[in-house]
Formats: sequence, structure tokens, C-alpha cells
Amino acid sequence: MAETPLTDRIGPERKPPGLAEYRRAGGYKAVDKALRHLSPEDVRNQVTESNLRGRGGAGFPTGKKWSFVPQGDDAPTPKYLVVNADEMEPGTFKDRLLLEGDPHQMIEAVILSAYAIGASQAYIFLRGEYVTAARVLRQAIAEAKDAGLLGHRIRDTDFSLELHLHMSAGRYICGEETALLSALEGRRALPRTKPPYPQAAGLWGYPTVVNNVETLCNVPHIVAHGGDWFQSLSHTDDGGTKIYGVSGRVRKPGLWELPMGTTAREIIEEHAGGMRDGYRFRGLLPGGASTDFIVAEHLDLPLDFSGLSKAGSRLGTGTMIILDDHTCPVGMCLNMERFFAQESCGWCTPCRDGLPLVTATLAAIEAGRGRPEDLDLLEQHTRLLGMGNTFCAHAPGAMEPLQSALKHFRDDFEQHIREGRCPYR
Amino acid sequence: MLTEQEHEVLAQELERYPDRRAASIDCLVRLQESRGGWLSDETLADLAPVLDMSVHELDALATFYNRLNRRPVGRHLIRVCDSVSCWIMGSDAVCAVLRERLGIDLGCTTPDGRFTLLPTQCLGACERAPVLSIDDKQYTDLRADDLDAILADHD
Repeated sequence: MAETPLTDRIGPERKPPGLAEYRRAGGYKAVDKALRHLSPEDVRNQVTESNLRGRGGAGFPTGKKWSFVPQGDDAPTPKYLVVNADEMEPGTFKDRLLLEGDPHQMIEAVILSAYAIGASQAYIFLRGEYVTAARVLRQAIAEAKDAGLLGHRIRDTDFSLELHLHMSAGRYICGEETALLSALEGRRALPRTKPPYPQAAGLWGYPTVVNNVETLCNVPHIVAHGGDWFQSLSHTDDGGTKIYGVSGRVRKPGLWELPMGTTAREIIEEHAGGMRDGYRFRGLLPGGASTDFIVAEHLDLPLDFSGLSKAGSRLGTGTMIILDDHTCPVGMCLNMERFFAQESCGWCTPCRDGLPLVTATLAAIEAGRGRPEDLDLLEQHTRLLGMGNTFCAHAPGAMEPLQSALKHFRDDFEQHIREGRCPYR
Repeated sequence: MLTEQEHEVLAQELERYPDRRAASIDCLVRLQESRGGWLSDETLADLAPVLDMSVHELDALATFYNRLNRRPVGRHLIRVCDSVSCWIMGSDAVCAVLRERLGIDLGCTTPDGRFTLLPTQCLGACERAPVLSIDDKQYTDLRADDLDAILADHD
């Protein structure tokens, strides 16, 4: 049986472990080990050697992200660690499992990561809708404070850390790390120009690291067992396990912690129970709405950060959305583009004006009023709103499902236009 | 005017940040809770001096964030997820039944002030789609038949 360090203490009918239970299961041992025997640099090195990459969608190597934080006596202080728990990517529900199921794992991860980069202040930026996670986290933070795991001079060392919970008032763009910092400062969640990167000048201008929930939850296990062990959990070069998810018309939608690099075929057929009776697989979005569709011929590719580039897609959040043969691909794109248009922060013109135009064009095609030249217009926009032409990655992400749908499901678009109706209704 | 209790609540929020503006979004959320679920001009005017911000700056936030309401809402806020996983699993049908039963469109409040019906972005329960929440309590694996009983639970 493969190891599942992130979800060992989480079960469907199980209450989240309190401090005592978490400790009995070996929890906070990594904190004791790091604070007593490892320097912050040792922890950073371990994370770098583990090949941990960001689980929030972009897949940036975590150790490398941390390496840009100024260190030494003349580094600006305070430094901040921010947990991106603003899980709003459509079809994504993995961080919720970790937050609700094992809050002390999250807190231990924060302590170790803050220690590694030298942060004295940490925020968990949590979706406003995640009220259960908020309740569970508040209780766990209070327990950790009472036990001297948070606060002044943790475990009688020189290391001090305050951990605060911020409930978001809700906007998808808050998941973009610089927009998230704007929101934490009490502003509209507008992305910021990079450089400077947050590691150099983040929250209130101080060095800041923003990491996703699942990414950080790996850190206690890396510190406890080492980078080599972490690498050995994976089928590929990207270290660790991954929490994969499936939603859509499969028999058993859900989440599973599996070796990084597991194939979509294994996840769908063995874990999600295959397609529901009467439904056929047509394609899937590997990791949320802002990833490119892959189709049947790609099902045996390893789902890791490099494997999907062969299929013109990317891992994203690793929670896949299945398109079945009773669901209209044009309607599905329309649903997602409408979401992206609504959630655009409005700061840059291509995104603010381009996404509504794309949405209106798709709506016309879906309603049977499409013209042949609309497909050229859509294709043109997948380039005009692509990376490099917009202020942040919001619109380029929005174009990923559309550009791949135009490629893989072109017949459906053409049929809508030719017949002047949606053939799925 | 802010009540004494509201002052206390705002003070708790201010504690967690190094400056006042940073607490603005949390303060708006808390005042919305204590004032019937929405932010009136008067509420913004009450809060502005506490944060040393202008009313217009607060309005810029209140009109940006999805969970802040600038218009009155009903006693219960129904949020129907219309994101992609729920859409595949039939959220349009759920929404149509709700509109028919309540006699209102999305974004509207029933004349008796009981319900406000809003669409919402992915609620992160995609394995149990379609999903809606009422006052942040989630109802999952929805079927059109379930909706009457769910509505009846809310006075």
C-alpha cells in the first residue's frame, strides 16, 4: 500500500484530531526536531532537495520560491508567511479536505515553513465560504497557542511566530498571490506588478512567501523523513504524493492521495469507479477550470508537472473535471468563460473587455445564433488574451479550456453553427 | 452610530493587523453580520472614521467583494453554485426550480423578505454536486425533489 502522509489522519466519519491525538500520531515531532537540531537553512535545503513543487496550480518549486527571501542580519523584518487557502478554482476541493480534516498538520506546516524563511508573522487566507474549516482552524490555533507551539519564544527557543486567520470576502482573483496580498492589506484584490516579487517586497512592503495549503502540508513530513523519502513517494521526478480529485459523471467522485505521476486512467477507473452507466468519457480538465482539456489518447500520461505538457495541458490543482458525452462542450466552455468574465478584477483592458466578448460569442453559438467566423474570433482571442498580453494569469488561464476545446471538440462547435441549435438539448 | 458591542467586535479585528486599513474587509464583514446582512450608506459612514478611511474607499471594497452586499437581503441567503462541476451535474435545473418556487429571479429577494437568491462560485464540494448553501450551511447531492423540504426548514 502506497504511503499517504497528508491524509493518514483524515477519514470520512472521523473528527479532526485535536492536539493530543495529533501528537500521539507523531505530530509536532518535526517542529521539535527542526527547532532543536536544524537551522532554518537546513530546513530550506531539505525542501529544495525534496523537489516539492507548488500544489496551487502553477507548480513552482517551493525551495526555489523560498530561496528568494532575503536572509541574514540585515534582511528587512518582519517577514511574513501567507497560506493561500482561498480555494476558488472551479472543480477544486482538495485543500478543504486538509483544512477540515487535519488542522494541526496545517499549523505544524506553518511553524516549520515560517522558521525556514525567518517569518515572525503568518496569515491563513481562507475562503469566506469555508466556515467549517474556519471553526476547526480557530480551535486548533488556540490549542497550539496554549501549548506554546505558537507565540513568543516557541519551545523556549529564540523563534517566535504569530498565526492569524483572515476570512476572505470572496473573489477568485484573490488566489493570485499578489492580489491576495492586496486583499490582506484591506484593498481591492488587484494583482501587482512583478518585480518586485513578494519574497522581496510583499505584505506592507516586507519579504513575504505565499504558498498553497497542500504544498505547505508536505513540509512537516519532509522535515521528519527527509527529501529522499519524499522523492520516493512519487512515480516521477516531482516529489511526493498528490491529492487528486474527480468530479463529473463518474460513479464515485472524490479525492485520493496517490503517488505523484499517477495516470488519469488509473484515477478514473480504479478510484472513481469509472463512468456512470449510460455515459461515455469525452475529455477532462486535469486541474480546475483554467487548464487545457485532455482527451482519451492522453489518459496514460503521468499526471505531474511535466507529463501533461505533451498533451498541451498542465496539472493545475490536480482535481479533474470530467466531460461526458451527454454534456455540451460549448456549454461547458460558456459556463467557465462566464465565470472568468465575472471574476476578472477589471484592472487591465484585455481581460476586462475580452472575457465578456468571448462569453457573448460562446452564448450566441450555444443559443444557435453563431456564425462561422465566430470560431476565428474565439481563436484570435485565445491568443490576444494569452500570456504576455494581460496584467496577470487570469485571462490566459481562462483561455486554456477554450483553446483546447476548439481543438478537441471542433466538430461540436461547427455543428452548433451549422444546425443553428445546441445538439445536446 | 456604532453600538458598544460593534466597537468591541471591530477592536478584535483590528488587533490582527499592523494597520487599520488592513482590517477594513473583516470589519465590513462583521458589521454586515450585525446589521441585517448588508451594508448601508450609514454603515459605511459609521465605519470610515474608525479605520481612518473615506466612505468612498469602503464603497470600493464593498462593491468589489462577492460576499459583501450593498443592497438589503432577505433573512436567508441562498447561494446556488453555478460553477462547472455543479453545472455538469444539473445546477441549471436546481436554479430553475428555486426561481419557480420563490417566484423571483437570481439577485432578488422574495416580497416577504424571507429569501434572497444568488448564484455563487464553486463552493468546493464538487464531489457532491450540485451544491447550494443557505446562510453558509451546505446542501449537497441536490435533486429537484429535495428543494421544497430544504426551503421549508427556513422561516
